[in-house]
Amino acid sequence: MSLTGLFLILFLIVHLTGNLQLLSDDGGEAFNIYTDFMSHNPLIQIIAKGNYIFILSHAILGILLALKNKKAKGSKYAVSANNKSSWASGNMALLGTLIFAFLFMHMGHFWFQFKFGSELPLVSYDGVEMIDAYTKVVSVMSQPLWMALYIVGLAVLAFHLWHGFASAFQTLGLRHKKYTPLISVLGKAYAIIIPLGFAILPLYIFFTQS
Amino acid sequence: MKLKLKVWRQKNNQTKGSFEQHTVEATEHMSFLEMLDVLNEQLISEKKDPIAFEHDCREGICGTCSMVINGQPHGPQKGTTTCQLHMRQFKDGDTIVIEPYRVNAFPIMKDLVVDRSAYDRIIQAGGYISVNTGQAPDGNSIPIEKNTALKAFGAAACIGCGACAAACPNGSAMLFTSAKISHLSHLPQGQVEQTKRVRGMVAQMDKEGFGFCSNIGACEVECPKEISTENIALMNREYLKASLVSE
Ligand code: HEM
Ligand code: SF4
Ligand code: FES
Repeated sequence: MSLTGLFLILFLIVHLTGNLQLLSDDGGEAFNIYTDFMSHNPLIQIIAKGNYIFILSHAILGILLALKNKKAKGSKYAVSANNKSSWASGNMALLGTLIFAFLFMHMGHFWFQFKFGSELPLVSYDGVEMIDAYTKVVSVMSQPLWMALYIVGLAVLAFHLWHGFASAFQTLGLRHKKYTPLISVLGKAYAIIIPLGFAILPLYIFFTQS
Repeated sequence: MKLKLKVWRQKNNQTKGSFEQHTVEATEHMSFLEMLDVLNEQLISEKKDPIAFEHDCREGICGTCSMVINGQPHGPQKGTTTCQLHMRQFKDGDTIVIEPYRVNAFPIMKDLVVDRSAYDRIIQAGGYISVNTGQAPDGNSIPIEKNTALKAFGAAACIGCGACAAACPNGSAMLFTSAKISHLSHLPQGQVEQTKRVRGMVAQMDKEGFGFCSNIGACEVECPKEISTENIALMNREYLKASLVSE
């Protein structure tokens, strides 16, 4: 759980860094070249396969864990006291399942289209022809429904990470008088900044392109 | 002070229970258990079945007075067992909901009494050191650094009351188990059996059907001895270490 989660946290940083190239004012050239590189480099392909395995095992382990814990709890109390734990911490499996659903939509929009779609927009730079991923992204994000669902998905991710980041360290037994408070703050900063960074993209495209 | 009580009544572990309403006249100087004693006197004089609840020391050290008061194991006061909770924490006219612990591994035996022997079996699976007993050794014969001694003592303060599992939305016993592991592994006497201990106790915990910790932190808030989840991190660390070495 913790190891796969931490890997996914690293993945998100790389993914966001790549995607931020959508903001560059070059008609999508930087982003397209980056996408082309990512989909043809053999090392990246291996890491990507690893990423699928990590997401799947994280999700499966998470669901199994949630089921076992639900059974262990048995029945609920008539009165539920509000203690100091965060809402996210008690709803990790729900948040995770929503993220999983979001991933289906996301893969359907891009990965599936690039792999199996017909009539893909193409561009060429310096004589090299490649898929015009930029135009594809713009066509999805300029539709209000998809744009809104991306924002919702990212908000869900933020909540999942709000608890998950620091939780992973505790699960691994990495607890320290000085560093644990630091990790907590860092985790909360990450949980806000990364989803926010992603969310800027659909918003930016929606309001500049439509 | 006049109080309305909603108390869980359940005949035994085979039947379904439900809430029963009572009113009781208490004073703010009474402990919570004394207030229940007053109610039971009342029930007995009305020839009704008194409410079954567990208690022993009534001074916060035995851990038997397990019950959930308004959704909180051991009630609203921080770091306090039910027997040490006083009625001045409540106001005249309050409604108080009293339930047993609800954890699958602690079956409800009658009313507020649950069977907490799963915790005893976790201790039996490794919460000890194998030494010959005899004369009590001299207090300072094994020098232990003050901070280490304090950590061991902090963990040893756990009274095995079960509030941690009762508070946990995952029904996890990890605060208790980790306190028992941490108490011994801070001390030189605990080193020899450390690997065996963490393996055995964690395995027993799973076998009893307790859930896994997902770091929600409710246990630490409700624990009457304020045991820290730092101990859970230590247990996780030791468990990882133990799984890397062979038997
Ligand atoms: C694919 C859908 C996902 C599902 C179904 C899912 C489910 C879960 C569940 C049930 C937990 C356990 C709750 C706990 O132990 O506190 C969890 C923890 C966690 N998740 Fe996810 N998650 C998903 C996606 C993600 C993603 C995309 C990331 C990171 C970017 C992530 C990062 C984490 C972290 C760091 C933890 C804490 C691990 C720990 O406490 O040991 N999860 N997830
Ligand atoms: S850790 Fe705290 S709540 Fe859990 S059994 Fe020990 S004293 Fe009770
Ligand atoms: S009766 Fe012993 S701790 Fe409450």
